[in-house]
Amino acid sequence: MTNYDLVIIGGGPAGLSAAKIAAEAGVKSIIIERDYHLGGQLVKQTHMFFGSEKQYAKTRGIDIAKILVNNVMDYPDSIEVMTNTTVVGLYDDMVLTLLQNESYSKIKAKSIIIATGASEKFLAFENNDLPGIYGAGAVQTLMNVHGVLPGENVVMVGSGNIGLIVSYQLMQAGVNVKAVLEASPTIGGYKVHASKLKRLGVDILTSTSIKKAIGKDKLEKIIISKLDNDWNYIEKTETEIETDVLCISVGLSPQSRLLGMIEAKMKYVPTLGGLVAVINKHHETSIKNIFVAGDVCGVEEASSAIVEGCFTGLIVSERLGHKHQNHDKLYNDFKSQLQNLRSGPFGKKTRTGLEELRRDEFVK
Amino acid sequence: MNLLNKNGVPSLEQIKSRFPSKELLLTPKAITECYEEIPCNPCSTVCPFDAITIGEDINTPPVVDFDKCTGCGICVYNCPGLAIFTVQENEEHLLFKIPYEFVPYPNLGEIVHAVNRNGEIISKAVITKVQISSRQDKTVLLHVQVAKEYLHEFITVRRII
Repeated sequence: MTNYDLVIIGGGPAGLSAAKIAAEAGVKSIIIERDYHLGGQLVKQTHMFFGSEKQYAKTRGIDIAKILVNNVMDYPDSIEVMTNTTVVGLYDDMVLTLLQNESYSKIKAKSIIIATGASEKFLAFENNDLPGIYGAGAVQTLMNVHGVLPGENVVMVGSGNIGLIVSYQLMQAGVNVKAVLEASPTIGGYKVHASKLKRLGVDILTSTSIKKAIGKDKLEKIIISKLDNDWNYIEKTETEIETDVLCISVGLSPQSRLLGMIEAKMKYVPTLGGLVAVINKHHETSIKNIFVAGDVCGVEEASSAIVEGCFTGLIVSERLGHKHQNHDKLYNDFKSQLQNLRSGPFGKKTRTGLEELRRDEFVK
Repeated sequence: MNLLNKNGVPSLEQIKSRFPSKELLLTPKAITECYEEIPCNPCSTVCPFDAITIGEDINTPPVVDFDKCTGCGICVYNCPGLAIFTVQENEEHLLFKIPYEFVPYPNLGEIVHAVNRNGEIISKAVITKVQISSRQDKTVLLHVQVAKEYLHEFITVRRII
């Protein structure tokens, strides 16, 4: 069984950033990635990112992925990469079971950063299993990674940033977005994204949701309905929309299941997206030497995941006896970047979520 | 009620708050239609004339110093929200520079639909320049000539198929 100082689970923005900072500090690590390539969800983001220069603002997501991957590739002697590999077991004695090409192997770690990201939430409604009904992320993968259009017409459910951005990208690809539905009375994502869609002629219908899907072998049409302030359907407000694709974009849940295997202390925090590990201010879980970074500890933008990855990489390096030569400076810099990204109204969910989590903190 | 939060369309009052006085539009000026506090600051960091201020807290919406702004358009293709354009008013027309991310993009001299913030066609417009270079990172800067009455209405173009 091979031993590693640091095992990073997940090769997305958080994992890649953690590996780079750790390598700078002299820590040898391995990144385990389930997909065939590194980059996580960044590889399908064709739009320019927000944030500040330090988080690669105004660079397209797909190009940020290239930068982060190249940063890792600059340290071939320190960072090992295993793609197409899933971590299927995590044990208290820091042993991980890996599955690659139907063969199992075991490795042992001194420290672990779990950076598994988040997965899409789905929505319960009649016939939600008809072909033609997708998660927005799946549509984005089909379209932007594989060059396959999902269909001719799309109705998007959810007006968070992902729903708005994927709708815009569908229009760019020549797909007709018939409407974006939003259950709340106001648009969820950035208004600049909403305005981009509206000027293309795409309506965002607030206080509206899908009631049922109709189709024989595949989706043919949907019934939508107005919602009251408690999100109940209002009678006699139903309308029918013909569409061959329905895209669900109603939020993300942290991919925290691996943490369940080691009995790390968990808490359900809705503002962070669901079940997350209780962590101290250094992103360490209740299990010593197991850390989390990125969406797995609270759903946010990729810019925050990048900084959280850097921050956690810095902390773990010190723990392993390889204090980064710029530790103090970087520590303060990453902290202030996160604070800056989260200080506006869109950061409020994360701020309150983290406060709620801190109330349960086991270490001061 | 702020309709922007409901349908993505800013009010005329909001729009006008981003424009300088008419006299200043003899030369092109950047109009930043960024009304919301979101963590983002490339417009201010890319401006070669230090004309756009956001400050330490990157959630602060941008403020343009119209005395410094030359309307060069660099912020237009660097804005991740495609929320900036420039406009200039001459004796006969309005001249806009807008970001455009659809292919195929219009040709020089092409007559296109002028579109408002609701996505409605309001008039015709003429493409007077199609600006694209590697540093624009695939966001085309379209120079568009529009009738003078659409100063606060025009936002984008749609090709006539």
